[in-house]
Amino acid sequence: MNDIARDPKADLGRLEKLEGIGCARKRREDPRFIQGRGTYVDDIHLPGMLFGVMVRSPYAHARIKSIDTSRARALPGVHAVLTAEDLKPLKLHWMPTLAGDVQAVLADGKVHFQNQEVAFVVADDRAIAADAAELVEVDYEELPAVVDPFKALLPDAPVIREDLAGKDVGAHGARRHHNHIFNWQIGDRDRTDRAFANAAVTVTQEMLYPRVHPCPLETCGAVASYDAVKGDLTVWITSQAPHVVRTVVGLLSSIPESKIRIISPDIGGGFGNKVGVYPGYVTAIVASIVLGRPVKWIESRNENLTTTAFARDYWMTGELAADADGRIKGLRVNVTADHGAFDACADPTKWPAGMFHVCTGSYDIPTAHVSVDGVYTNKFPGGVAYRCSFRVTEAVYLVERMIDVLAQKLGLDKAEIRFRNFIPKESFPYHSALGLDYDSGDYAPALQKVLKAVDYEALRAEQAAKRADPNCPTLMGIGITTFTEIVGAGPSKSCDILGIGMFDSCEIRVHPDGSAIARMGTISQGQGHQTTYAQIIATEAGIPASVIQVEEGDTSTAPYGLGTYGSRSTPVAGAAVARASHKIREKARKIAAHLLEVSPEDMEFDLDQFHVKGDPARAKSMKEIAWAAYNNVPEGMEMGLEAVDYYDPPNFTFPFGAYLAVVDIDKGTGEVKVRRFYALDDCGTRINPMIIEGQIHGGLTEGFAVAFGQELPYDEQGNVLGGTLMDYFLPTSVETPHWETDFTVTPSPHHPIGAKGVAESPHVGSIPCFSNAVVDAFAHLGVTHTGMPHNAYRTWKQLRALDIAG
Amino acid sequence: MTKKTAVSFRLNDRPVDVLVEPRELLIHTLRERLETTGPHIGCETSHCGACTVDLDGMSVKSCTVLTVQCENSHVLTIEGFAKGGQLHALQEAFMQEHGLQCGFCTPGMITRAYRLLQENPSPTEEEIRYWMSGNLCRCTGYQNIVKAIQYAAAKLRGEIVETSHPMMAEVTA
Repeated sequence: MNDIARDPKADLGRLEKLEGIGCARKRREDPRFIQGRGTYVDDIHLPGMLFGVMVRSPYAHARIKSIDTSRARALPGVHAVLTAEDLKPLKLHWMPTLAGDVQAVLADGKVHFQNQEVAFVVADDRAIAADAAELVEVDYEELPAVVDPFKALLPDAPVIREDLAGKDVGAHGARRHHNHIFNWQIGDRDRTDRAFANAAVTVTQEMLYPRVHPCPLETCGAVASYDAVKGDLTVWITSQAPHVVRTVVGLLSSIPESKIRIISPDIGGGFGNKVGVYPGYVTAIVASIVLGRPVKWIESRNENLTTTAFARDYWMTGELAADADGRIKGLRVNVTADHGAFDACADPTKWPAGMFHVCTGSYDIPTAHVSVDGVYTNKFPGGVAYRCSFRVTEAVYLVERMIDVLAQKLGLDKAEIRFRNFIPKESFPYHSALGLDYDSGDYAPALQKVLKAVDYEALRAEQAAKRADPNCPTLMGIGITTFTEIVGAGPSKSCDILGIGMFDSCEIRVHPDGSAIARMGTISQGQGHQTTYAQIIATEAGIPASVIQVEEGDTSTAPYGLGTYGSRSTPVAGAAVARASHKIREKARKIAAHLLEVSPEDMEFDLDQFHVKGDPARAKSMKEIAWAAYNNVPEGMEMGLEAVDYYDPPNFTFPFGAYLAVVDIDKGTGEVKVRRFYALDDCGTRINPMIIEGQIHGGLTEGFAVAFGQELPYDEQGNVLGGTLMDYFLPTSVETPHWETDFTVTPSPHHPIGAKGVAESPHVGSIPCFSNAVVDAFAHLGVTHTGMPHNAYRTWKQLRALDIAG
Repeated sequence: MTKKTAVSFRLNDRPVDVLVEPRELLIHTLRERLETTGPHIGCETSHCGACTVDLDGMSVKSCTVLTVQCENSHVLTIEGFAKGGQLHALQEAFMQEHGLQCGFCTPGMITRAYRLLQENPSPTEEEIRYWMSGNLCRCTGYQNIVKAIQYAAAKLRGEIVETSHPMMAEVTA
């Protein structure tokens, strides 16, 4: 950490000019966005560009008897209609997924989910392409569909993946059924079973985390442009991980990576939706290579909601064993995970359930065991982390719901049971029962601060009074969560994607005039990297943020990095930024010493300059040092002032928070009103408080959306029922509650500036908080769980079941 | 393909003439023929509001307006807000109050807020939330958008305004 920025005696005028860590710097991205000058993929328009549209399957499960493209091809303005037959000679009709499975790019004889990609029509413009797509005639023979993961595992269930016939071992071990993908276990089963056998109290609860979709406002898309003369391929793409895309495209196409340029321009929100490689990207690239012209493909909203990357769909059973005082002795979890028709989960390769094993949460649980079964169904593939680190939302939901279930069984207050089980501050670094090493945490003061801020005792008293009044028109619920996240994937010893370690990178070049350009392997989708990375450099290298240009997303200029998801930009790339800044600073120290004719050890770094220890008047500013780097360096030193850092983190980071929600449920309508939501987050060192607050507001709102409305249900035939914004809930400004935010600071001990990552905590932490509040409203009536989403209809049904509907 | 129709209208105070198919939507004409890519496409079903433009003094979702309906009309998009290098009060406000993140909804948001402040220069928070409910944002949670509109309203009324995110507040705390 750089303590200078926090020294109350520091020169405030110079600090403010630097705009470093801790400043509420206004965003560098904003001028282009507020003037309509952003460049998103659909804004790219190249000479001669064609437009591609997908032909998709109306059936969830069907054999393709024939495809007739002749009428489509005959339409004026149509240039090509690609099917699997066209991709076969290129071996591109199937592609590898991030989870070690394969996925059909265009359906190869069979469709496995509704809206699966069947043919790709390329035409002069989007209207002609859409017309032509209607003219493609596909003859299907419908097969029985299965959309329930439990039914999919019955002995006589339809075989979804005929291409896997005879393969008893998948990428993650043995498969025990034709629709089974993997069984993954972690923890000490025997010890955990013994803890349950010897426990004074045990509780068990089944819960479904429904299938949802991240639904960023911009859908996925790409513009592929192949230059047949040079043999260069350039692709503008909505990707959260452009370098990974380059490697995948290189593997698929056999074009060397040096001839592939992937550009993630401005991205209209990602939230996990834009991590994977989708069939539309591949077909746009193939079409551009085949036709020698640029080809654009942009998803419709319906295509986005029904084909690219669902999240969750976890059927979980949690069990806790505890003593009579509510001290937890063991945790046991069984999960049936619906992965859809292809296992395209975006997890680090070795972790088929991601970081689900953070499910022991903020609690000191001596022993635990987790078992997860992945299952194929006739639903679209995905399994992405929707505004969270890999499967962390599911894990936190489980433990935060389970501890409430235990509290209810014991008649304990839901805050008190948390205090009794927190990992004590002095136990950090803490080795969890499921093998994770929590870097830091200080949970009790965070919850105490929240309880005091909302006057928890008064709220409980109000609730008791309302429960005692049979004429009260509302039920009042108070939800608490005290969650721990695991982000910043990750140490390459445990985390890789397709064999590439999950490091990240930064390159900084300081120009002769003292301004600088910095490039990273990450890519912002609204997080404000151009603003915050410059603040890190400002504090750590003494260069004013206002003269630092931050660039990301172009693989031809940025150093290789694994991208932005799982809150990894600040923990990983942010660390690379700090370390590259330190390299700049140390070279600057030597140049300053040379200019002042003293030894480097006698130089002291002072915000934006180096001065001689004990003689602050003898100083060289970073600006003067930058100039000297290009004309007057010590003998034997290379000219120039630049640095590169590839950072492989020694561990994950573990942000945490304490949230409290108050809800009022209308007994007549079942409508749940969020009266108050208080969110305290601890993300370690805070780089830009304004941006942090904005990220928390956004994450809480996405959490609110999941808890109260989002789901992608299917009917028995495999028709997806949530495929438009008419059906799929995105909260408006009217429904969205008012948010109150607060913080504590517990820096990460292993991160160069102590930062942990923040943008996903509010999503992860708020969803169980809302559920806990809704269940708490019914707790005095013996209810321990109600399923999400907590919409008015479901809640009204709960009221009816208890015979208390008004 | 159908025969094309000539349509003339004013776009951000400049006359434009375009040849379009009768079925062509205004958002496609703006984005693909008139290099006006500020308004975005988020759903094409009138739900998200990313394509909001001001048409003859009304907010419309340009994914649900045919270009041929715009004959002789005045269309204002985000590109028409800054004048002579000077940001509109709403643009300044969205930046100062951190009313945007990914920026995709922002052009539609600002254009809709402009119409609100034309009709109601002093809206309450409740009125702002009601008026803005046809414009979806996935990033901000709306709280800072509300603040930005309040900031712009105050500025347009001639009041002194300040960001609620002072630069050094946390450094000196």
